[in-house]
Amino acid sequence: MTKVLPAFVVIPLATAFILPVLGKKGKNVATVLANLVTITLLVLAIACIGKSGVYQVGNWSIRVGIILVLDGLSSLMLLAINLVSAAAMLFSARYMEQYTAKSKYLSLFVLMVAGMNGVVLSGDLFNLFVFLEIASLASYALVGFGCGEEELEASFKYMVLGSVASSFILFAIALVYGNTAYLNMACIAKAIQSSGLNAGLTFALALFIVGFGLKAALVPFHAWLPDAHPSAPAPISAMLSGIIIKTLGVYALTRIVFNIFGVSVSVGWLLVTLGLLSMIAGAFLAIGQWDFKRLLAYSSISQVGYVVLGIGLGATLLAKKANPAWASLALLGGLFHLVNHAVYKSLLFLTSGSVEMSTGTRQLKEMGGLAQRLPVTRTTCTVASASIAGIPPFSGFWSKLILVIAAVQAGLYWIAAILVFVSLCTLIMYLKVQRFAFLGELPENLREIKENKGTMLVAMVVLALLCVVMGLLVIIPSLRDSILKPAVDVLTVGPKHWEIAGILKM
Amino acid sequence: MRPKGEISHGVKGMTVIVKTVASWVKVLIFLFGINIVLFGHLTPGGGFAGGVILASSYVLLMLAFGREFAEENLPLPLASKLDCLGAFMFALIAVLGVVFGGSFFLNFLFQKYLPGHALHLVSAGIIPLCNIAIGLKVGASLFLVILMLSVSCKGTE
Amino acid sequence: MLYALCFLLFMVGLYCAVVKKNMVKIVIGLAIMEYAVNLFLIMLGYRAGGAAPIIDRTYLEVGTDKVAANFINTSVDPLPQALVLTAIVISLGSLALIISICIRIYGKYGTFDITEIRRLKG
Repeated sequence: MTKVLPAFVVIPLATAFILPVLGKKGKNVATVLANLVTITLLVLAIACIGKSGVYQVGNWSIRVGIILVLDGLSSLMLLAINLVSAAAMLFSARYMEQYTAKSKYLSLFVLMVAGMNGVVLSGDLFNLFVFLEIASLASYALVGFGCGEEELEASFKYMVLGSVASSFILFAIALVYGNTAYLNMACIAKAIQSSGLNAGLTFALALFIVGFGLKAALVPFHAWLPDAHPSAPAPISAMLSGIIIKTLGVYALTRIVFNIFGVSVSVGWLLVTLGLLSMIAGAFLAIGQWDFKRLLAYSSISQVGYVVLGIGLGATLLAKKANPAWASLALLGGLFHLVNHAVYKSLLFLTSGSVEMSTGTRQLKEMGGLAQRLPVTRTTCTVASASIAGIPPFSGFWSKLILVIAAVQAGLYWIAAILVFVSLCTLIMYLKVQRFAFLGELPENLREIKENKGTMLVAMVVLALLCVVMGLLVIIPSLRDSILKPAVDVLTVGPKHWEIAGILKM
Repeated sequence: MRPKGEISHGVKGMTVIVKTVASWVKVLIFLFGINIVLFGHLTPGGGFAGGVILASSYVLLMLAFGREFAEENLPLPLASKLDCLGAFMFALIAVLGVVFGGSFFLNFLFQKYLPGHALHLVSAGIIPLCNIAIGLKVGASLFLVILMLSVSCKGTE
Repeated sequence: MLYALCFLLFMVGLYCAVVKKNMVKIVIGLAIMEYAVNLFLIMLGYRAGGAAPIIDRTYLEVGTDKVAANFINTSVDPLPQALVLTAIVISLGSLALIISICIRIYGKYGTFDITEIRRLKG
């Protein structure tokens, strides 16, 4: 299985350079090729579940070369990334007919997928940075794809803050290299374990948290997200909200805090605080929005707060050396919520794109009663809203339940109370969406709209089915042990993970 | 203050002196760029620096003769295709490492087929080929970028 | 000491990117930040009295067994130089993208002042 690992990066990269050549005449060929690539990657990701391995690029040993590492956390993230990108690519086969340069869009999209796969698989700190930049640059270009005024403004703000974040991350990598003389994650972890954190490394950790927090849109650093996510084309909003902020932000931060630096109580509480702030601020700001996609964007901030809260809680419990079952439960809740949110938030953005393509507007006040004219969109949107609000038996309920149980078990009742309160706020905001967009009266100018056909429906229905079914991932023990538990185990062993994977002997 | 005897300025190009000298110098710059790309495994430089120099020879053409002349010399679709070709060649060389050697990006030429003598031109395996691919890509794409950015130039103002 | 000056340059770039109102000045601030990080990376590899990490044919006259030891003892660290090459290429691509966005915004809004480019609110 390890022989296949470079394919996750090479197949999309090579395709990204063939697609612009096909140009305007080969638009259909380009669409089919791009869809084949994303579906192939999804099949490969499913084949990688539960496996682990290390791939040495160019047969160089780990002291001098780059390695690609597949472990539990990587395989979970690969599954989420390729699933959402396959669905978004299916959706954009029909949606992007409205824009002119479709082959360039497809090329940038596939490049973004290549970058994200590389971030998740990389076992080397600078390689992570390079792939992070590839994915970020492709996403900056895609946000401003329509070249309208709002898109360009949003893209500019996103780019400035994203470049600042990347500079912080590179500065932190330089500090780590200066203090430990290694770039390979396994060797850095071993060096930090033996020598401890000095001032330079603590500063590097702070810079990492700021840099990745900017990428993940945690609350003091969220200013770009409410502008960038609504202005992008709908499949790109789905990708941005569903996987980019989580791969480039939360995954990288988790990998660095847990597996390289090792958890400490202060870092854990910092993450918990950032998570709480994001949850509350995101929920309050979202309720007052009247633009459909802007509401969804603020709700993304809130839900990423849930994920970071779960991970921070796990970090605090691990650092205090409390009962390891509690830490595992908190981490399980956080990671499961990450995967869940990828599925249902991307579904919500895809339905908003479908609504926009049919009605031509994003303002909730101008819509109403769409349930009669757009039945499939309405059903999938209701499924996704129920899931995100935490209504049983949809998938969102289980992950929020696990987080609440973990907080109660650890004795932090106030965190559990805040979790339940923000869930109620989420329910309110999605009831608002349902009431204004789908129920109520149909305005005059929207009497003649039709349901969208073809691949857009397929993508939305597939994601909706997954929303319903994914609750089984935690209930059925065999599925849980093969998909979610290896990821949690990677995080709980912390810096010893690299020894267990046998990397240090290579 | 424009001195007398100047024929045109701005988008249409520069004076006769500049045009004559540029038409001699651009070949030298191009050749220098090729030297930096090819000897990238022996002297400082390599793919990226050589590619920038290759692009700058075309930028000199654009500055001295005007944008349209440079665009006729290397048309936009051709530059775009050269760009994609360079990147695809690089990916192909990396994949050939799997076919011939078993590991992605393996230096199969150095280890099996063509070791060459150390510190001569033919040595270090696939590195000169990678340099050529990168030089082609960077040259074409930088030229495209500067051409695209100058589209919105407002002419002689 | 020099590292602190590098960090000061980084802070200058950050100030410029955050506080200024003209879009082009913001982009220049980003470029200064990237220069500061590249400078910091190269300075990490420095060795007092070291030589450039290039082996040319005059080295070979020493004898092929002594080349490696000679190289390790006298040259500066070449790894940060490779990292900086990659970082420069990345920042070139990002700069090209952000400048073209600035030009398009100027074409649409007619101004470079970001306080007037606020169609998105809330």
